[in-house]
Amino acid sequence: MTFAPLGDHAVVVMLGASVDEAVLMRVRALVAVLENGRTAGFSDIVAAYATVTVFYDPAVFGKRGEAAPYDEVCRVIADAVAKTETSWPGLFSFGRFNRVEREVAAVVEIPVCYGGELGPDLEVVAKHSGLPESEVIAAHSGANYQVHAVGFSPGFPYLGGLPEKLRTPRRATPRTSVPAGSVGIGWTQTGIYPLVSPGGWQLIGCAPLVLFDARRNPPALLRVGDRVKFKAITPEEFAAWK
Amino acid sequence: MEMRILRGGMQTTVQDLGRPGHRAAGVPLSGAMDPFALRVANLLVGNPENAAALECTLVGPELEFSAETVVALGGVEWECMPSWKPLRVPAGERVRLGGCLRGCRGYLTVAGGIEVEAVLGSRSTYLRAGFGGHEGRALRDGDMLAVLAAARQVGNNWRIDERVLPAYSAGPTVRVIRGAQADEFGAALFETEFKISAQSDRMGLRLTGAKLMRTSAEELVSSAVAPGTVQVPPDGHPIVLMADAQTIGGYPQAAHVISADLPLMAQLRPGDAVRFAEVTLVEAQRLAFAAEHTLALLREGLAQKFR
Repeated sequence: MTFAPLGDHAVVVMLGASVDEAVLMRVRALVAVLENGRTAGFSDIVAAYATVTVFYDPAVFGKRGEAAPYDEVCRVIADAVAKTETSWPGLFSFGRFNRVEREVAAVVEIPVCYGGELGPDLEVVAKHSGLPESEVIAAHSGANYQVHAVGFSPGFPYLGGLPEKLRTPRRATPRTSVPAGSVGIGWTQTGIYPLVSPGGWQLIGCAPLVLFDARRNPPALLRVGDRVKFKAITPEEFAAWK
Repeated sequence: MEMRILRGGMQTTVQDLGRPGHRAAGVPLSGAMDPFALRVANLLVGNPENAAALECTLVGPELEFSAETVVALGGVEWECMPSWKPLRVPAGERVRLGGCLRGCRGYLTVAGGIEVEAVLGSRSTYLRAGFGGHEGRALRDGDMLAVLAAARQVGNNWRIDERVLPAYSAGPTVRVIRGAQADEFGAALFETEFKISAQSDRMGLRLTGAKLMRTSAEELVSSAVAPGTVQVPPDGHPIVLMADAQTIGGYPQAAHVISADLPLMAQLRPGDAVRFAEVTLVEAQRLAFAAEHTLALLREGLAQKFR
């Protein structure tokens, strides 16, 4: 675990150098510890791939003593981890957290209508992989995914776990407008566009769910660490869902 | 009371100090590009510093109120309205900002604050996703906005001592601290002047000038970014992320503009110049405290002017 400043109001906690499940478990564990602690002066805790970034109010941590606010924040985070390690040994070696996680983490099932107008690039992915479209759909909806980061636009989940044979490069020219709910492939990852936005990923289908609603709390359907499965639905089922 | 927008101006949006607490869901901070100007302009009309106001960009709006009120403009210099002083406006009298003569953004506050529905705890407009503020968009001719009842009455006609303001300029030296990949860019960021590109918006200011070339080709894993982050895409032209910045990014980070100097960046317009100078994190946080101290003194001083 190493610390680095992100400007004068945030600290990035690095928990590994690679994108894999073990690192993601440590990321999830740290988020859980910090959210349980609800430290006054922390405004945002942002997990993404191998890092957890904590946004803080320097005025709150500057008042506590001689240490500079940044050093004080790092100490508070390290203390929270140490305390958890004492009461819950092995948490940050991820083995135990992993087991607990597997038991409690719900799998979010996302219905997707693949191909046709809703997934105009299914053909591109099929050609690139050398598989018939039906096998692309079977492979995409058969895999287990996990949210590695949320960003790009509000509620956009970056999902790890895409089968290697489905890896397809991004479009050379991004679309200026991608419909909400579109499911895309961007090289090693897959994701869902929650809102109408520009986008360069290969669109293979569309989900009838609302992934982001600013009037809902929490506004995003998915958060970092959530497990996701896709389920193929027909155009009729898609229409009925809406 | 109501505010009628006669002319929307170039890009006038409702903004407060933003919506912290939702970055994990990918929701940007948003809020005033120049938070210092908004906070001071709110204090001038007796509002809490976080009250919602109009952020006006380069060409200001024209508007009128249904009842007598007090307004103030926080900004560098506008054609038709003085900055940094409360102004009494009778019912039906036209308020016009005109063009922005120096700087880029003005904050028009009104006693009581603008009443729009808070979305995720903030009245700020987030244009890209179309939520917050007035219908999630910039104001247009004919829009009507509600104004909350003022809690306090302003005493006299007076203006603040401009020495408390940031050193606004069309060619400032802006202080930064090192970014995660600072070593990979050498000293290029500090050796020349950059210009603000016309492709700049509330999400980020794009800079032209010397290209910043990385000495490493290592792929980076995306992590959090924040207003002030100076990221460098492969074309070498730095982007200074601002209020509506996305929450995570994968471009290398050369530096971060210190929060005390973000108002200087916010007031730069296309064509303006900027230089960067490095300070330590300890110095950046000391300067952030100094800015808060200035606002605290102003708050104390202004408290005497209200009844």
